[in-house]
Amino acid sequence: MSKKTYAMAIRDCIAEEMRKDSNIFIMGEDIAEQGGIFSCTRGLLEEFGPELVRNTPISENSFVGAGIGAACAGLRPIVELMYMDFVYVAMDQLLNQAAKIRYMFGGKAKVPLVIRGQQGIGRGNAGQHSQSVEALFMHIPGLKVALPSTPADAAGLLRTAIRDDNPVMFFEHKALYATKGEVPDDEDFAIPFGQANVIKQGTDATIVATLYYVDKALKAAEILEKEGISCEVIDPRTIVPLDIDTIIGSVEKTGRLIIVHEAHKTGGVGAEIASQVTENAFMYLDAPPQRLGAKQCTLPFNLGLENAVIPQIEDIVKAVKKTTYK
Amino acid sequence: MIKKERLIWIYTKMNEIRKFEEKAWKLFEENKLRGSVHLYIGEEAIAATVCSLLTDADYITSTHRGHGHGIAKSGDIKSAMAELMGKETGFCKGRGGSMHIADLEKGNLGANAIVGGGIPIAVGGALAAQLKGTDQVSVSFFGDGASNQGTFHESLNLASVWKLPAIFICENNQFAISVPVAQSTSVKDISVRSKGYDMPGYTVDGNDVLAINEAMEKAIKRAKKGGGPTLIECKTYRWKGHWTGDPEIYRSREEVAEWIEKCPIKRLRKHMIDEKIASAKELDAIEAKAQADVDEATQFALNSPEPDTAKVMDDVFFEELGGAV
Repeated sequence: MSKKTYAMAIRDCIAEEMRKDSNIFIMGEDIAEQGGIFSCTRGLLEEFGPELVRNTPISENSFVGAGIGAACAGLRPIVELMYMDFVYVAMDQLLNQAAKIRYMFGGKAKVPLVIRGQQGIGRGNAGQHSQSVEALFMHIPGLKVALPSTPADAAGLLRTAIRDDNPVMFFEHKALYATKGEVPDDEDFAIPFGQANVIKQGTDATIVATLYYVDKALKAAEILEKEGISCEVIDPRTIVPLDIDTIIGSVEKTGRLIIVHEAHKTGGVGAEIASQVTENAFMYLDAPPQRLGAKQCTLPFNLGLENAVIPQIEDIVKAVKKTTYK
Repeated sequence: MIKKERLIWIYTKMNEIRKFEEKAWKLFEENKLRGSVHLYIGEEAIAATVCSLLTDADYITSTHRGHGHGIAKSGDIKSAMAELMGKETGFCKGRGGSMHIADLEKGNLGANAIVGGGIPIAVGGALAAQLKGTDQVSVSFFGDGASNQGTFHESLNLASVWKLPAIFICENNQFAISVPVAQSTSVKDISVRSKGYDMPGYTVDGNDVLAINEAMEKAIKRAKKGGGPTLIECKTYRWKGHWTGDPEIYRSREEVAEWIEKCPIKRLRKHMIDEKIASAKELDAIEAKAQADVDEATQFALNSPEPDTAKVMDDVFFEELGGAV
């Protein structure tokens, strides 16, 4: 085990995989000399050279498309998007091309492509640099979606993403980059997709949280523990595939479900999880599932306003209490 | 100068495409095809000539009007016709249909029903060739309409900056559905847009096999030398409507008739006979064989099984995710 930041866990994983497989290359905006604006590719240019570590023009739709073409032609590209907000510029290539190529061509193509980058609040970046966009990619079939919440998960999930023969959307969170944690030294350490992580066991309520909100959910659970409410905290880690069985198993035990994420509540991942649990485990629920997510407005610049839009720890506490009727 | 063997190949492909498209039109009218088909009739010289200079290792991306590119690149008429009918034996096992013919084993990275959608993907093929150090080239076919998409401009820039072995073939058939080029496009000759991206650009008669060949040979030479990409605009005309249901209010019958006179197949035939490259009898035999092959492919497709509906969820991902989605 080594103690690393989330950003360095990502960087090291990319470097380790590139050393093993010469088909892997990485491209994106400012990733070469600059090492990425969040340092996730620092030093890669020096080690692997400008052919395999490429700065791109600011042309998301075409460099994402070039990643798709290179993947179809046998390489394993990693494409960095500087801010996931910029993914909208490349939506045609991702949703009409990458997601559909394998199916539309009768299973005769494979697209081993990783699109990675950071999203979320944390730097006062306002409406076009702070969004959490994962739900969009859960809706369209053909893309896997990973959401690492710790340095170890970042390394383990990214390794699985790079080795996967499908296109993978890999959503990092900018507020997590500087967080530190133990990461296994094993260069084959990989976390399989579709395996939720039960971070804390509990008996009274199940909190499902992703990315930055895993930590907030744990803090809420700590507060609730003192008030005699025992929460189980689950991080699904990937939402495509989604380990609904682990979530349902937990709800069968606790009878209560709270889902919290930074992304907008409306039409979000929480809505999907709540629906699947309601459809499949209605009889186990002692209260209606509660969803917490950003209010349905654009993320504002001002810190006070930003905090008013996204769920706070006390909101999680309140939601849990609501389900336990306390 | 094209050697006889290759000219015969081109003539054969052009006839196969023509017969294939005529059959597709007929089948559509007989209600044996669903969806819509976008016919390549009148534009055959481009796909056939360009692909005559490619090997199976070279890549192409194609368009919604992609039957011609698919036939010229891979040659499998049966799988193409079966795909038009949505059959299990089709290129895409009935998942794609007319607008999504792909054959990755033969370098066809796929037709694309998003205008301009395939251009960056072809750039990716060229990037793979450069990174692997092969002498492959990657060709993107697209129409005049696509030259107004951002992907066209971004892709030309990207390929030029990275000196990729990419060749951009703009099939200017005069209309983006119903809108004439002059109404939608800032330049008369789309090839001039190459100047903005520091690459050679050629405008050629897209119904003239020899002219297309000349430009394409230059482009391939440049690409293989590491010189980077080329843009070739082939001016041509589609004889049929944009799709099978097009009311064609945007052009006169006289205009269509004029272009039918400029038939690329007739033109190549005349050249080969005049230059004593092939006899009329030889060329008649090629045409007859193309018709017979298309008829056989049609029968194959009609007799092929429907896809198994129980397998409708297959191939969303590389492996089965089961219910875990």
